[in-house]
Amino acid sequence: MLNKDTVGGTLSVALILCVVCSIVVASSAVLLRPMQQANKDLDRKTNILAAAGLLKDGVSVDSQFDDISVRAVDLDSGEFTDAVDPANYDQRKASKDPAQSEELSASDDLAKISRRANVATVYIVENSAGIEKVILPIKGYGLWSTLYGFIALEGDLNTVAGIGFYEHAETPGLGGEVDNPLWKAKWEGKKVFDDEGKTALKVIKGPVDSKRAGSEYQIDGLSGATLTSRGVSQLIQFWLGENGFAPFLTKLKEGEA
Amino acid sequence: MAEKTKDILFKPVVENNPIALQILGICSALAVTSQLSVSLVMCLALTTVTAFSNFFVSLVRNFIPGNIRIIVQMTIIASLVIVVDQVLKAVAYDVSKQLSVFVGLIITNCIVMGRAEAYAMKNPPVASFLDGVGNGLGYSVILIVLAVIRELFGSGSLLGIQILPVVSTGGWYVPNGLLLLPPSAFFLIGGFIWILRTFKTDQVEAPDFELAPNTRAEVV
Repeated sequence: MLNKDTVGGTLSVALILCVVCSIVVASSAVLLRPMQQANKDLDRKTNILAAAGLLKDGVSVDSQFDDISVRAVDLDSGEFTDAVDPANYDQRKASKDPAQSEELSASDDLAKISRRANVATVYIVENSAGIEKVILPIKGYGLWSTLYGFIALEGDLNTVAGIGFYEHAETPGLGGEVDNPLWKAKWEGKKVFDDEGKTALKVIKGPVDSKRAGSEYQIDGLSGATLTSRGVSQLIQFWLGENGFAPFLTKLKEGEA
Repeated sequence: MAEKTKDILFKPVVENNPIALQILGICSALAVTSQLSVSLVMCLALTTVTAFSNFFVSLVRNFIPGNIRIIVQMTIIASLVIVVDQVLKAVAYDVSKQLSVFVGLIITNCIVMGRAEAYAMKNPPVASFLDGVGNGLGYSVILIVLAVIRELFGSGSLLGIQILPVVSTGGWYVPNGLLLLPPSAFFLIGGFIWILRTFKTDQVEAPDFELAPNTRAEVV
């Protein structure tokens, strides 16, 4: 047996240890990957369904998701594209890749995301009468963190059907109230575009007076979370605006997408 | 032997608690205790890592060269943490998302490292394993108590089940927002240490210095 405190001993112990540990780590990562991937997909689908208000208890998420078609949309032209495979397309990764995204100028960058992917995935729920719901991915900066979520629109492509954020790190109890079901319920039935086709939906400070004109475009601000509310308002303005999904929604309405 | 096993397992829970007496592992105790379910998983993860890292370090303790022993311990601990993290992602995805970086940070948790260096390097594998479980339990007790207080009074629920109906959903309980923020765990841990040391006076440390009596009797 080699003396463990010599240079040779030290090196060989280190080598053996590293080999053993790397085998353990690598095999656990490889063996568990299919389960992790399945979890990730399930999580994403659950979030999408929850945002659209379609999530039903007791029915498997996968079978609920079968009714939803996943499409890729070119945000600049507002048309469906076949450039990417929507099932495997990762919009978050693409928005960091210079080849697949574009930098936003400071005045355009309402949501403070600095880059926007050229192609976005959208989820369309169809029934016999046509489009029932459209679910769009949204993201933007709040107070501490980037909020990632989905907004669902009704078949008229103007009425909000639901909203939900699946990832954020806002202050619990204050900005974290974006997850509050009561607040999320306030979005339902609100309108996105005004008569001139401008993106009018925003979060205002304080409660909305429903008698006032324009209240159908306004959401109550979260008390104690001015900056998170502003962030949500800006990201809605961005993603449903000219640089976001507005061109797509217009074309979809006219049946040209 | 039976007596000794019990000692190894339960001494760290009350008498030699890693958080309350040794003041180790505070960072994760602050970060993950705003929800009970997350804390429970964290406790389980830390106990597993401490127990197995103690076991493996102890198993190879006679082969570890003195001058790279810390690195060897770190490598073993880090490998275990990665395995635990991967398993969590595979079986408890939601919780692992909430724990995010803190599972990875078990690597730097002073309890794991401290037990490997102080106990496992000098003791046989089985005793080391039990020591790891014991210290993990000590950590868990504090975390669970913190999490129960923070979740119950901070969001009015336990394990996600609403117990005190909060005002924002139409109930009567106004949640204490401070309890959801990390500093509240500091106050609670401080309170614990106070209570513990009131009953176990031998844990009170000698003061580092004493205030000198005021030399000037009065200000003119």
